[in-house]
Amino acid sequence: MEPIIIEGTAKTPTVKFDSTEGVFEIKGRSIPENSVEFYKPLVDWLDTYKESPLTKTVVNIRLEYFNTSSSKCILDVFKKLEAIHKAKNEVEVNWYYEEDDEDMLEAGEDYESIIRVPFKMIEIIE
Amino acid sequence: MSFNIENYFSDLSAGNTILYYKGNVDSDVINHVLDTVEDKMVAVNEQSKLRKKVYNVLVESLQNLYHHVDKVPDDFEDQTAERFGLLVVKKVNDGYRIITGNFVHAENIERLEEKIKRINRSSHEEIRELYKFILNHQRISAKGGGGLGLVDIARKTGNKLEYTIKVYNKNYSFFYLDILVNEEM
Repeated sequence: MEPIIIEGTAKTPTVKFDSTEGVFEIKGRSIPENSVEFYKPLVDWLDTYKESPLTKTVVNIRLEYFNTSSSKCILDVFKKLEAIHKAKNEVEVNWYYEEDDEDMLEAGEDYESIIRVPFKMIEIIE
Repeated sequence: MSFNIENYFSDLSAGNTILYYKGNVDSDVINHVLDTVEDKMVAVNEQSKLRKKVYNVLVESLQNLYHHVDKVPDDFEDQTAERFGLLVVKKVNDGYRIITGNFVHAENIERLEEKIKRINRSSHEEIRELYKFILNHQRISAKGGGGLGLVDIARKTGNKLEYTIKVYNKNYSFFYLDILVNEEM
């Protein structure tokens, strides 16, 4: 599988999905007007990856900002991970938030309550 | 025209206005507004918690305009704007006010007002549950909105959504949303 490597911009995050590594990352700002356009290739990629995933997949989410339309797309990403986890593979989400950013922590907790995948909340101390 | 949207707006924008915009709300305008406001907050050393909330609310309020505004009335002065909106960002005592204005077709007003009233009578915990429910159950609309913008604004600010609806003519109203983002919720 070809990895997905996307450089971040002011409105879209840095993405690294590499099926040989098993550590995926979404990092930066995710505030595009059309988030479906940005996330659809990621969701499709995970759909293929879930056919033969590594025994352990770690996903690091380290967002500074995300808009509400990205929030739905991020949920779609998590739903794919949930399917991988359900098929008896190890999946772990590391949700990073800056120390004063309670909103980002709460957002992570919301996903944790919806998606049946182990989440770890990680505070970034500056 | 039954009232002047700008006269009304210049009253709103009196005081310490850090940004005023009127016209088409496209992606470039949104980028420019976000950069400008962010730079101004950094320049005055605004604490990062407040800065992030203002930035988040600004993103949602601009993208609400981008995704949801109705076409301007036929007799309106600016016919070139596909998505006509007004925006004022003001510094106030303990935070910022973000005020937006846009035309809403008469048939959409009731639904919008109902939505705001529902949010305004909900507690913080209820708003959080509502957010999670919409996140998990509602698809992204044809216009590209997620239906979460106003809920998110109320959740992040912890304040009621203040709004004014002025009838423009029998088919259109002008909708002002006045959001306070302040330091302690």
